[in-house]
Amino acid sequence: MRSAWKIMAASAGLGLVLSGCGAGGGGGAAPGNAAMTARGPITVWYSNNEQEVAWGKAMVAAWNTAHPEEKVDGQEIPAGKTSEEVIGAAITAGTAPCLVFNTAPSAVGQFQRQGGLVNLASFPDGASYIESRTGGAAQQYKSDDGGYYQLPWKSNPVMIFYNKDLFSKAGLNPDKPDLSTFDAFLAAARKIKSSGAAKYAIYPAPTSEFFQTQFDFMPLYAAESGGKQIVTDGKATFNDASGLAVANFWKTIYSEGLAGKETVQGDAFATKVSAMAIVGPWAIASYKGKVNWGAVPVPTSTGKPANQIYTFSDAKNVGLFTACKNQATAWDVLKFATSSDQDGKLLTTTGQMPMRQNLQQAYPDFFSKNPAYSQFGDQAARTVEVPAGPHTVEVLQTVRDAWTRAVISGEGDLAQALNDAADKVNGVLAG
Amino acid sequence: MASTTPAAMSADAATRPPAASAHQEHRLRQRVLGWLFSAPYLVYVAVIFAYPLGFAVYMSLYDYFFTAPGVNVVRPFVGLRNYTHALADPAVRQAFGNVLEFLVINVPLTVVLSLLLATLLNQVVHARAFLRVSFYLPYLTASVAVVGVWLFLFSGTGLVNQLLGPLAPHPSWLVNERLAMPSIALFVTWKQLGFYILLYLAALQNVGRELYEAASTDGASWWSSFWYVTVPGVRSATVLVLLLSTIVGANLFTEPYLLTGGGGPNGASTSPVLVMYQQGIQQGKPGYAAAIGVLLVLMTLVIAWLQNRFGQERD
Repeated sequence: MRSAWKIMAASAGLGLVLSGCGAGGGGGAAPGNAAMTARGPITVWYSNNEQEVAWGKAMVAAWNTAHPEEKVDGQEIPAGKTSEEVIGAAITAGTAPCLVFNTAPSAVGQFQRQGGLVNLASFPDGASYIESRTGGAAQQYKSDDGGYYQLPWKSNPVMIFYNKDLFSKAGLNPDKPDLSTFDAFLAAARKIKSSGAAKYAIYPAPTSEFFQTQFDFMPLYAAESGGKQIVTDGKATFNDASGLAVANFWKTIYSEGLAGKETVQGDAFATKVSAMAIVGPWAIASYKGKVNWGAVPVPTSTGKPANQIYTFSDAKNVGLFTACKNQATAWDVLKFATSSDQDGKLLTTTGQMPMRQNLQQAYPDFFSKNPAYSQFGDQAARTVEVPAGPHTVEVLQTVRDAWTRAVISGEGDLAQALNDAADKVNGVLAG
Repeated sequence: MASTTPAAMSADAATRPPAASAHQEHRLRQRVLGWLFSAPYLVYVAVIFAYPLGFAVYMSLYDYFFTAPGVNVVRPFVGLRNYTHALADPAVRQAFGNVLEFLVINVPLTVVLSLLLATLLNQVVHARAFLRVSFYLPYLTASVAVVGVWLFLFSGTGLVNQLLGPLAPHPSWLVNERLAMPSIALFVTWKQLGFYILLYLAALQNVGRELYEAASTDGASWWSSFWYVTVPGVRSATVLVLLLSTIVGANLFTEPYLLTGGGGPNGASTSPVLVMYQQGIQQGKPGYAAAIGVLLVLMTLVIAWLQNRFGQERD
């Protein structure tokens, strides 16, 4: 065994020597101004769901027909645990594509810190293009340094989906159910359970991953607080009265067994294990032919009117990566892919909401032909994003850890758990 | 002390018998050949093992983060700060406690079950190949695929709880803080068993038949033969199984990631590697994750040393 220690020590020593040779930040220069004005072929990645692949292929084909000298190679994002990990690894390896049409805002801060993203505001028309397309909501996607390292592309405003058939079975109004207040929601949930219409009223994922915070706490906190982010001006806000009210609401849901605490296989709503789901319009395609659904805004304690309800955006944006050699072409492709025409095609093909101001007025035909999407179009004007910066994931994980213990498991004092999490988040943000 | 001048040495070489010179040449050629044949493995060890390990130690001493190639950033040297933070971090301490709990259940269970099953399989005459393949199949199957079956079996309304009836635990296995890690340990034991059975089956072929015949002549029971002939006969395989199952167990990741939804409930099934993944990959703190990794390597080495110290036969 002594020899094993020697081998370990020698290996570590050798490795340190070798790694010392390769580490230290490098001395080369990132593709700079030359790349920003260069034109030529580029590669773009898009999401791998059926609808977005269809849109992506059509968009790329349309660009290539009009620009034979600047061909775009469209590819689905390579498989991985999450898209963000794949993109992060590609940035480190220098193999990131020019554009990724599936960049999660929660990951942008880290990509920026890695030096992987181009500041779109450094293009002459960068900031003006983003702000004229998205309006005031674009401010949520601005970096601390005033730049735009992502183009706000599409949102999936999170709402409460319900199964009309199961609501009828439970004796609830299937066309206009009252789910506007916490009390009304709980009453409906209890009725669903007691009637045996479904095993659970609702089934948000009860697991510990950081991103689950975005699909139970954040939508209701945005609504209850009138559009607050969980962090404002570098300080946690989620332990205020609104946060406590939302946490108490969900704690009641779990303590009464109205939501499941176990990992569910498949989609609980699509398989009728639950009568409600908290999700954005991207899921509609997967409910087609399976669920006779309706949707309402998320509840608040006082039952705010629908036109005052905020929710989590569940946005996916577009990043332009520094590994791109032909960034001028990439910027043109980005503007082409987010043009009024392409946004309309995205809306029609995927049912997801382009982050474009006055969305319903921009595409009146789509919303008149698809009235079920109108409320998502309306809700898209009032969405709240995750906090910006390199610590977003750590902040969300901290909230999640407190949530699983104090809300889902119901352990300890809820207010104390939120305060402890807020203190930890403030410490992280203070560096 | 007599000294030899270079001139004298060269004269000495010149007068050396041709047979001795040829022998030296042969030895030199053999040594070069030895290095040549070893070179691929040495390169492999240097690139796949030594470099990453050394780089991990290097990263753990810095506020390190990954960047795009050519990006100049400051990564300040922080000394042992990542280590002190890791040792003081309740989540890290819980993860190390969890993995120790896992090893305490998984390693002995693996050794005992695989040895017993290998011994029985070694004695089976009919359907031997079928049985061996059956035990090996879970090992070959990806965890991702098998996890679904276990989620179904151990859910609140799953088959296991239906069989247990009123004895079923509440909350159920995988969402119960006390039972989540033991459930994972059982899953991993079952999944890895086939591989260790194969190791024991190979070792059993080296235990002489005459030893069993002698034991039988002395009137030994099946259990006595097993205890006094089989167990000592496969001792070196047992040390190997102990070491391998400890190393594999210490690297636990997939099962808590998938089976208990990211180390739940409330961190009861987080493992150090899962925390490394969260900190290093998701939260962008690879320096901190590397410090946890180095601590894990040290813990595993200490356990492996103890196993080798007490498990290996002494000459």
